[in-house]
Amino acid sequence: MGMILDGITQAFWLLVHGDRNVLRVATLSLLVSGSATMLSLGVGIPAGSALALKRFPGRTILVSLINTGMGAPPVVVGLIITMFLWRTGPLGATHLLFTPSAMVAAQFVIALPIVSGFTMATIQQLDPKLRLQILSLGASEPQTVWLLLKEARLPLLAAVMAGFGAVISEVGASMMVGANIKGQTQVMTTAIVDATSRGQFDLAIAFSVILLVLVYLVNLILTVIQQRSRAR
Amino acid sequence: MRQEPGQTSPVLEAKQITVVYGKRTVLDVASVQLHPNRVTAIIGPNGSGKTTLSLCLALLLKPTTGSILLDGAAVGDGSMMRARRRFAVVFQEPLLLNTSVWDNVTLGMRLRGFSRAETKQRTLQWLDRFGIASLAQRNAKTLSGGEAQRTSLARAFVLQPEVLFLDEPFAALDVPTRESLFGDMVNILQETRVTTVMVTHDRNEAQTLASRVVMLIGGKIVQEGSSKEVFSSPASEEIAKFVGMENIVEGRVVANNNGIADVSVGGHVVEGVSRCAVGEPVNVFIRPEDITLSLAQSVTSARNHFSGRITALLPTGPLVRVSLDCGFPLVALITRMSADELNLQPGKTVYASFKVTAIHIIAQR
Repeated sequence: MGMILDGITQAFWLLVHGDRNVLRVATLSLLVSGSATMLSLGVGIPAGSALALKRFPGRTILVSLINTGMGAPPVVVGLIITMFLWRTGPLGATHLLFTPSAMVAAQFVIALPIVSGFTMATIQQLDPKLRLQILSLGASEPQTVWLLLKEARLPLLAAVMAGFGAVISEVGASMMVGANIKGQTQVMTTAIVDATSRGQFDLAIAFSVILLVLVYLVNLILTVIQQRSRAR
Repeated sequence: MRQEPGQTSPVLEAKQITVVYGKRTVLDVASVQLHPNRVTAIIGPNGSGKTTLSLCLALLLKPTTGSILLDGAAVGDGSMMRARRRFAVVFQEPLLLNTSVWDNVTLGMRLRGFSRAETKQRTLQWLDRFGIASLAQRNAKTLSGGEAQRTSLARAFVLQPEVLFLDEPFAALDVPTRESLFGDMVNILQETRVTTVMVTHDRNEAQTLASRVVMLIGGKIVQEGSSKEVFSSPASEEIAKFVGMENIVEGRVVANNNGIADVSVGGHVVEGVSRCAVGEPVNVFIRPEDITLSLAQSVTSARNHFSGRITALLPTGPLVRVSLDCGFPLVALITRMSADELNLQPGKTVYASFKVTAIHIIAQR
């Protein structure tokens, strides 16, 4: 019990004094997971919209792959990205393995099916005649998709939250493709594993608290936006 | 508000269109023409393909085969959006976006690139015309069903479309709201004389608003003609049932004098207008509202009089459905006041009368 209390106290001081290492790790975590989420939104929202609105051969297989991907273990994603970026792998020449870019790529692959799947489900929940109504008003196909996404903006924010939540908290892929190099590729989740394995519970608790607070703050902002739009 | 068909060329035309889902053909129409300034009603029972035909005409559903012609030219994929911008569609559900009434009503105009001044002027005009000017800043999701449908109609009318499509716009509304909105629509369609396609399964709506009627059953056009023609001279038993000729009695023509046929029905003779030959088996159709009931046989211009025993009385709103056994079954529809005055009771004998012109005779298949 004493060990836990000591850990919390020391974590508090680390945070209050703005420990440089802690801040660097927290910043990198936000950058990597934020970039991966943004990229997954850029690709996942159009992909999810197309899957919801278009019928084409192989669509069912693609949808089932996305549904599977929504629950894919991050370590498996990490393994695949590592193999691609390995020196002798197909993308070995890029020398991206064990860099933050590799971590962004891995987290993008984790978030993409989540964002696509949520987007598809959200658009499919809209009245199918709404699309026809918008087209009948004179909208082009891209304008129609944009208006449908605007209409589904509240549940779409849930896609953002789910995507960000999944990547900021994953450890397996970041550990494999980033190798947890202190000062270079160490993010909060990998730092917690590292500190715990060394018995540095104060540091592990400090990272955990920051991680929880960060996730809470991001979700708080998104929830405020969501509920404000709802109230309007 | 019947408008007589003009001799103009059609604005919009469907030619040899079919719509096939999987192996099921849901629509198979050789030709439908929409002439300017006319209201055409597409009627038929549920699942008959009314909405499918309307969506094809509105260029919102691509038929499996066949083509849609606008001003005589087939509309191709490249000109689809430009063609659609000449139409407006109102569905059964208002389908409003989660934004203000004003933004909803102006959306089509903004998409079609109208100037701000014109958008404002037309929007104010139509919000006022539909009695929703005070709701302009309200979120559309907070409107009642009637207010939402008025917004949806205003959104269509501001566009001043060349062809207006109304897909059962009153069907989801409660009776008082429907009656009020329907009354407004009768006036507005008369004023604007916009070419209109109206999908409905309500016979009264079709009879009141439309000059032409296209009747669909099983995805095929089974009768097309003036409203009067379809409603008073249905071409088949199925159509007769749909247009409200509820009394259907089997019989055989026993005489025909210059187009007035005597039909033997359950041991009685019914007179009606028909070209059917003597000996031909026929069905006799009579609308319940065309039958008059009395306690004694009276002398009127009606040539058909039958005494019958009341088997059942069924009040439906201000009316009462009276089932009779006249040797053949007959249903009459009278007002509750008349039923009270005649003191109608099950078992009582009354006289049913109807005119020769009130019955419709179709040869059995």
